[in-house]
Amino acid sequence: MRVQINGKDEDIDPGTTVAALVGRYNLQPKHVAVEINCDLVPRKVFDTTRLKEGDRIEIVTLVGGG
Amino acid sequence: MTDAGIKLGPFQFSSRLFVGTGKYSNYEVMNQCLAASGCQVVTVAVRRDVLRPEGGKREQSLLDALDPTRYTILPNTAGCFSAEDAVRAARLSRELLEGLDNPGAQWVKLEVLADKRTLLPDPIGSLQATEKLVKEGFAVLVYTSDDPIMAKRLKEAGATSVMPAGSPIGSGQGVLNPNNIRIIIEYLKENDPDYPVIVDAGVGTASDVTVAMELGSDGVLLNTGIAGAADPVRMAHAMRHAVEAGRLAFLAGRIPKKLYATASSPTEGVIAPAARTR
Repeated sequence: MRVQINGKDEDIDPGTTVAALVGRYNLQPKHVAVEINCDLVPRKVFDTTRLKEGDRIEIVTLVGGG
Repeated sequence: MTDAGIKLGPFQFSSRLFVGTGKYSNYEVMNQCLAASGCQVVTVAVRRDVLRPEGGKREQSLLDALDPTRYTILPNTAGCFSAEDAVRAARLSRELLEGLDNPGAQWVKLEVLADKRTLLPDPIGSLQATEKLVKEGFAVLVYTSDDPIMAKRLKEAGATSVMPAGSPIGSGQGVLNPNNIRIIIEYLKENDPDYPVIVDAGVGTASDVTVAMELGSDGVLLNTGIAGAADPVRMAHAMRHAVEAGRLAFLAGRIPKKLYATASSPTEGVIAPAARTR
C-alpha cells in the first residue's frame, strides 16, 4: 500500500506496524518520535499501531539547533 | 561571589548561559564549546530523521554525541510558522526526551516564526501556542521580539519565561534596543521579582552578553555567537565570563552616567603650582 514517509511516497506491506517501520530504517526507537497524519504516536504503542493506506508519517529526531 | 542562579519553572541552574547545539563544524567542537561555556542547558531542534534503506550505514547523530546525563535539553520549535506546527513539534520533542530520560521533556523553547528573512516571531501565533502548551503541561520558554506589551501578554498566558530577542536570530547585532529590554524586565518583574527574563538571539560577542546581563536579564541564550566564531571554544570561554561579569555588575549596581568629569583623587592637598617663568 501507498503511504508518505517524511514527505516521500513509499510502498509498504499492508498491516505494517510503526515498530516495523522504525526497524526497517535501522533507527533506534529511543532516538525517534513518530507522527501519523499530524498526531503523535507514543513510543509505547509502536508495536500495536498499524499503518493505513494514504497515511502521512513523520519520523523525527533531535538535531543541533539554537 | 554568591549568586543563587536562575530558577526556571521546575528547574534551578547555577549557569545563566544557555547554548545552542547548531552550526558547529563537528560534534567534538560542539562538546568542547558546551564544556567551555559552563552551560547546563543546551537547545536542540526537531527534524525529520535521515532515512536509509535496510542495511544502510548511519552517520553519527546529535543524540550519539550529546550526553543526556550531563545537560538538560531544551527542545525548540524553530522552523515552525504556525501555532499548530509549533505545538506538534513540542509534543514530538517531549516524546523524544521522555525516551532519553532527560528532564527537558518538561519544557520547550517556543518559536512561532512569521517571516523567513527576519525570523521575527508571529506574536499572535506565539500567544496561541503558549496558551495551548501551558494547558498541556509544558513549561513554556517563549521567544519574542523586544515588545514590552507582547512580553506582558505572553507572561499572562502562563509562559515560564519570556525571552526577547536582542536583535534578529544569528545577526550578531547585540542588544539593539536596551530601553525595551529594560522595560520588559521592569514590567515582568513588577511584584514578581524572580520572574525569569532571558535575552535570546542576536548576540555577536562577549560584550553583547554582558550588556544583556547588566540590563538585569536573568540569562542569555545563544548559538551562532559561539558556533560561528573563528575559534568557537575560545569564544565559549569568553561568553561564560561575559555572563558572570554582566550579572555581577548588575548586582553590584553601576554608577550613574554624568556628562562631566568627577575627580577620583582628592582635590585637597595638591602641591602648589610652580610659578610660571618666561
